[in-house]
Amino acid sequence: MKPAPFDYARASSLDEAISLLAGADGEARPLAGGQSMGPMLNFRLARPALLVDISRIEELTAISETPDGITVGAAVTHAAFEDGDVADVANGLIRHAASGIAYRAVRNRGTIGGSLAHADPAADWPPVMMALDAVIEVRGAGGKREVAASDLATDVMTTVIEPGEVLAAIRIPRLSSGATWGHYKVCIKPGDFADSLAVVVRDRDNGRCRAVIAGPTSPPIYLDGVATLVESADGWSDALQAEIKEAAGVDIRAASFCDGTDRYANNLHRTAIVRAAKEALSS
Amino acid sequence: MSDRGVGASILRKEDDRFLHGGGQFVPDVQIPGMWHAAFRRSQVAHGRLRGVTAPKGAEGQVFTSADLSDIKPIRSTASFPGFKVSDFPVLAKDKVRYVGEQIAIVVAPTRAEAEDIADAIEVDCEELQAIHDLNQAREPGVAIIHEPWGDNVFCETAFENGDLEATKKNAAHAISRVFRMARQTPFPMEGRGACAHYDSRLDELVVWMSHQLPHPMQRGIAEHLGIAIDKVRVICPDVGGGFGLKTHLDGETLAVTWVSRKLGRPVKWVQDRFESLVTDADCREHQYTITAYADDAGKILGIDCECAVDAGAYSPWPWPVGVEAATGVGNLQGPYDIAALKGRSVTICSNKPPSQPFRGVARPGACFTDELTLDAIARAVGREPWDVRMDNLIKPEQMPFDTVTRKHLDSGDYPEAFKRCIAAIDPAAVRERQKTPEPDGRLIGVGFATFYEQTAYGTGPFGYSAWGIELVPGMEMATVRLTPDGGLWASVGIQCHGQGLETTLAQVANSVLGVDPDRISIRHGDTATAYSGTGTYASRSIVVAGGAIAQGCNELKPLLARIGAHLLQCGEDDVTVEDAEVRGPGGSVSFAEIGEAFYHHPENLPDGTDRQGLAVTTGYNDKVHGGVFGFGAHGAVIAVDPDTGQVEILDYAIVGDCGTLVNPMIVKGQVIGGFAQGIGNALYEESNYDENGQPQSVTLADYHVPAASMIPDCKYEYMESPSPYSTFGIKGVGESGAIGPVGAIGNAVNDALKIFGVEISETPITPRRIFDAIERGGAS
Repeated sequence: MKPAPFDYARASSLDEAISLLAGADGEARPLAGGQSMGPMLNFRLARPALLVDISRIEELTAISETPDGITVGAAVTHAAFEDGDVADVANGLIRHAASGIAYRAVRNRGTIGGSLAHADPAADWPPVMMALDAVIEVRGAGGKREVAASDLATDVMTTVIEPGEVLAAIRIPRLSSGATWGHYKVCIKPGDFADSLAVVVRDRDNGRCRAVIAGPTSPPIYLDGVATLVESADGWSDALQAEIKEAAGVDIRAASFCDGTDRYANNLHRTAIVRAAKEALSS
Repeated sequence: MSDRGVGASILRKEDDRFLHGGGQFVPDVQIPGMWHAAFRRSQVAHGRLRGVTAPKGAEGQVFTSADLSDIKPIRSTASFPGFKVSDFPVLAKDKVRYVGEQIAIVVAPTRAEAEDIADAIEVDCEELQAIHDLNQAREPGVAIIHEPWGDNVFCETAFENGDLEATKKNAAHAISRVFRMARQTPFPMEGRGACAHYDSRLDELVVWMSHQLPHPMQRGIAEHLGIAIDKVRVICPDVGGGFGLKTHLDGETLAVTWVSRKLGRPVKWVQDRFESLVTDADCREHQYTITAYADDAGKILGIDCECAVDAGAYSPWPWPVGVEAATGVGNLQGPYDIAALKGRSVTICSNKPPSQPFRGVARPGACFTDELTLDAIARAVGREPWDVRMDNLIKPEQMPFDTVTRKHLDSGDYPEAFKRCIAAIDPAAVRERQKTPEPDGRLIGVGFATFYEQTAYGTGPFGYSAWGIELVPGMEMATVRLTPDGGLWASVGIQCHGQGLETTLAQVANSVLGVDPDRISIRHGDTATAYSGTGTYASRSIVVAGGAIAQGCNELKPLLARIGAHLLQCGEDDVTVEDAEVRGPGGSVSFAEIGEAFYHHPENLPDGTDRQGLAVTTGYNDKVHGGVFGFGAHGAVIAVDPDTGQVEILDYAIVGDCGTLVNPMIVKGQVIGGFAQGIGNALYEESNYDENGQPQSVTLADYHVPAASMIPDCKYEYMESPSPYSTFGIKGVGESGAIGPVGAIGNAVNDALKIFGVEISETPITPRRIFDAIERGGAS
């Protein structure tokens, strides 16, 4: 479990990082917290010629808060969210989600940008950022472009980020003070990648309601039928529970989100979204 | 008696170095000029090896079976009828038989460079059909792993005692089940590892190993390399857990040793976690096909069972395959008074790593099988399982008791221990709770398991010699000597890898001679310091090494008395030896004064002082060779989430008995550690292979070892029923905690699921298995 040989360069600015990445014929990879890249290097699943360390670039650890929301540099650690060093513009959802990522040693080094760019479909950040309608800022030699969190991953561990580009920042809109959320994660051991992870955000004052489901086999999806039910609901009932479970099944099937013959996985996702919706409607 | 001897919960002597980073493990060994080894391993489960080519420039650093032609293959046999011999080449030759089998050893100044070269080796291999399942292995027309055999069965054994045919006729109930236990890996915190170098001054090959059996490895290395045994020294320094994994002679160590001699250079190999999960000996993949016969009240009259074990590709040395399956059958009656048992065992060869005994050997499988069967019987006769279990337990007035499988149970009050476990769990309260649906929709279940633990079994006929295997323990030796300043130095042939034996063996010596444990050095794990021994396995060390040390201390007494009496100017018959001094009618002399006289001032010694000095090398052998038996009763209350299939342990109780407690705190640590592994066995751990024999559980993201937050607090009580056969009445306890959880948790889950009319019969009890079982119930 030792990596194949690679070169290492520490970039001191985003522009330098982009130029280093662009100059390596697609054989360079950015390195931030290294919590996914490290194991992949050690297993020799990743064999980049050059690692560009972006973890100390000031622009990537910057945080700026406005009345509309917060913009967080990609190299901000999970621990910074967990500890409240980053203001939680989502009424506690972000801190809660951060505290469930792996264990503290990983959270101390792992970064939000790394997690989103790695695009493990069972990771904690992607569904949360989708539920919050976060916008991802991607920087490359050609400048800056913005990608909706829901458009970032195109497949398992595959994103729209091109070689030579860097995921630079995440812009998270602020929820209204009355907004509620539900977050339900099913995993075999605490902090593990999710077998199912459901996030529901209900922000009626902003006219926004989101339901997202994540799991190990494909990128997270919006469950619009569920969101509609949650948005119009007045409290919780057995009938609503049954409706949500049914609607979730329809959306999951329509999106081919998991193997249709896997009854356990289908039921698990529907159960997770029901529980997240119940939490959002009960708080 | 001193308050620091047998029975005292003194803190562990070894923890000071462990807590301050002073432990010395194989990876800590640094020798000038040392190189590191890596292995190129097979990527296919079953294949014909046609060629291995080293990358250009690295030819002198890559070695294959063609280079190692002077090493004997690892061959481990047993006297089971029809046992088929598998030659396990140190590096694969002609064929590869599991993913991860070592094909070439590579050495370089650093591990990373060695891995780079290993990565660049070209392996030409023709893939063959993989044998990935113990039932598929026996289907007609499948590939044969060891072609001369003609099939994929290592051996079959049969056992019968009592009149099962008559039992069948008289039984009101016949309960049939098939139970499967998933393949696991022992997963010690520290993996395997070895470092070899040649000591030219002593003309001696020194091999540092992360291992439990120093002397057997000394013999194994010498025999396989064809060198004299006195030219090999094996040192097992601090070892970060073993659990039975580190009891076999591994090909990696032999290859490292060979290369070190070949190059005249120290070479070290430290197994990494990936290698641990892919190549370590697996265990516990059992399938039990059982029918139990019972009367109307649930009294078990007889058992008929086949135990099939997937033993992997080769038979490891010195514990051959076959023992596991035979042990599964040989413990199926549990701690119950059952008159008839007919058992067969089948040991299957597959394209998986060779299997090894793991903490409890086959007893967790036997416990899972007999305990879940017992609860099924209780449901069939309409009684509570704890009542039926109590009625079947062997009574204290029956002790010592010979079981139907010829286990000689020496002592204990099993019903009393079980009664205390029931009281701790309060199943009647659980039954009340079950009458009302839980607010969160979960289902509550309660379950128990009782079992014995066979510890410190010896030579035979009901010990190791019965199997006709390579390693048969006999007289366990210890050397005990007085140091010049009144302390004790003792060496033993066992190896301590977390059991706290440096402390507990000192406590045993303290109970005989009164020397403070802090003044007693226990040396272990080194063939150069210990006279002989077979190492630490089968929950034996505190019994056998403790017995040897007690014997040594007792034999030291007259030597101390003779000198002490002379110094006291009184007769030898007038003195006693206790509390680290020799006491006479008019005064006493300390051991320090006696040491001072013997070592520094011999002019003060009596004429004709014993030639033995103040050192004794002596041995201990059990009065009975079948071992001494501990007992355990486990109880669990669990909640099952029927929608997610997740299980939470709400309450757990362990009541045990391992005879005289040498150090109650250490016993508790052992039992709780076993409990944690038992939870892994019951709920989480599974080494999966696909149809091509590819391992699917190769990282800790896939192989789920329970973490601290998954191990609940546990009610705990230990009783003391001393063994009539061992020194101080001590019994072993190393495996006990790991045996019961799979039975208690399995029964609790089935209790929760009984409203669906379904049972779980396979471990680990994963959310998916629970969901599937509930769906089966819904479908029917």
